[in-house]
Amino acid sequence: MTPILSLRDIHKTYSNGSISLEALRGIDLDVDEGDYLAIMGPSGSGKSTLMHIIGCLDIATSGRYELAGQDVSTMSEKQLAVVRNKSIGFVFQQFNLLPSLTAQQNVELPLVYAGVSRIERARRAAEVLEAVGLGDRMAHRPGELSGGQQQRVSVARALVNNPDLILADEPTGNLDSVSTEDVLRLLAGLHERGRTIVLITHEHDVALQASRTYAIRDGLLSTLDGSTL
Amino acid sequence: MDFRETVRTAITAILGRKLRSALTMLGILIGIAAVMLTVGLGQGAQAEITGRINALGSNLLIVSPGSTTSSSGIRGGVGSATTLTLNDAAMLADRTVAPDVEAVAPVLQSSASVVSADSNWTTMVVGSTPDWTTVRARTITQGRFFTAAENAAQAPVAVIGTTTASNLFGNRSPVGQTIQVKGVTLTVIGELNSAGSSITGDQDDTVVVPIATFTQRISGGSGLSVASIYLSATSQDTLSAAYQESSAALNTAHGTTSDTQDFTVNSQQTLVNTIATTTQTLTALLGSVAAISLLVGGIGVMNIMLVSVTERTREIGLRKALGATPVAIRQQFLTEASMLGLIGGLLGVGLGLLGSVVLTKLLSFQVQPSWPATLVALVVSLLIGVVAGVYPASRAAKLAPIDALRTE
Repeated sequence: MTPILSLRDIHKTYSNGSISLEALRGIDLDVDEGDYLAIMGPSGSGKSTLMHIIGCLDIATSGRYELAGQDVSTMSEKQLAVVRNKSIGFVFQQFNLLPSLTAQQNVELPLVYAGVSRIERARRAAEVLEAVGLGDRMAHRPGELSGGQQQRVSVARALVNNPDLILADEPTGNLDSVSTEDVLRLLAGLHERGRTIVLITHEHDVALQASRTYAIRDGLLSTLDGSTL
Repeated sequence: MDFRETVRTAITAILGRKLRSALTMLGILIGIAAVMLTVGLGQGAQAEITGRINALGSNLLIVSPGSTTSSSGIRGGVGSATTLTLNDAAMLADRTVAPDVEAVAPVLQSSASVVSADSNWTTMVVGSTPDWTTVRARTITQGRFFTAAENAAQAPVAVIGTTTASNLFGNRSPVGQTIQVKGVTLTVIGELNSAGSSITGDQDDTVVVPIATFTQRISGGSGLSVASIYLSATSQDTLSAAYQESSAALNTAHGTTSDTQDFTVNSQQTLVNTIATTTQTLTALLGSVAAISLLVGGIGVMNIMLVSVTERTREIGLRKALGATPVAIRQQFLTEASMLGLIGGLLGVGLGLLGSVVLTKLLSFQVQPSWPATLVALVVSLLIGVVAGVYPASRAAKLAPIDALRTE
């Protein structure tokens, strides 16, 4: 079985003048279709950098990255935009919903950039909002929704374009325990229906929800018990 | 993302920041309205002045006598000599001498006290011939003008202007009334149309009598000499031909050359041209002040768009994360800026039209909004929007999605 996501010897070095910082020091990772992988690590471990590279928001200094069979390490900005649009659904810690748009309009955004017609967009947005239990909140703006509801809108947005991979970056970081439960149940449900999910967190409880959990420390991945991959 | 989608996104963004968008548009709006109004005012003033001068007789040439030189060597001004005569006028009226001259009216005038049955009024008494109505572009509203026969017979008749009529007779019709000028009793046979005031004074405050009556009965002179001769050319186009012909004929008759001539010929066109140039200069001056205000408005839009990009860095990052290409981001900001410019421009045109209607009511003349100027202003406002949007838009498009998302 070919993995959806395959990282080979990924390095990322930030240089700022004379100071250079090696955030990732050779990451190898395969994620198969239907996998639910959690990557856990404290702040400064390089987990955010890894997430940005997996999400094609940033480019690795060296190494090879294949997403859904395509080598993304050499793609242009424009091609990367298409990959982000079609292959990845983001769930952010800060929700990142546009405050001036309604829940439905926020969910429609990836479809707007995919060039989907208005009627089709409205239909698909309604469908996923229904699926995350917000069918009655579609016309509300983010300011009128609770934190948990906002995160469910952003899960709906991540789902709407049917991506190969859902990438959740600290999705429960800004939520109370009830909403955390809620969102984790939602992700578990998606996993049961065959979605591929990569979850990044620093919370042990949250990481344990996944079917596989890796730790990241000083730019290197390891299993939870500390043995290197 | 197609064009309609981009426009829709821009509208949402503009409506999402109502106060800021309104303030941005205000700069453009005021600039455009100012350009429209100043150019409109200038053109209105120009049309008004040209119209008034044309009311004096647009094809008019005025022949004035030359200057005198007294025995002590003191030279008088233009018109001080008495070198023009009724014979000159008769000669110029000859079609074979001056084929492009349509009408000739020799004129004598003096200020005199005019007495009616129950009132009196000091006004300008003009002696002339029936051609006077043609050269001065006047008509008769009641009664009639005097005829050539009445002129030849030195008939005691007069035609008066509306201001004179109301001062002498109040609301009564002046036709059939009698007036006395320097002891001579004249019957009023007609009233002139109202021509309003001009730079030469109130054209309605006058009494016109046959020139023979004027010389023989009123001024008591012997004279053949006249104060000036009014000529009208057959049309605007033949004005300069008529000018040449009359100058040549008078030089021949007086035995002078163009260097020694004892008369001058002036046309109203010179005056029209001078005033037109003056108002054009004023319009250009006011227009450039307005253009500067438009420029300031444009810089305002640029400023707002730059702030907007900085403020919306996170939004740009998110849009990029969701699949927006750099081109889409650039288009979004460019469309937003040009829409602000265009909407502001359109509102400015509206305000300009409203302002010109209001100003026309307040001022005594028509403010004419110029459509070419309006169109240029609109195009400029759109251009300002585009130019003001290009830099912020390309800056926004170049932001790395992750740097943009990290911004607080």
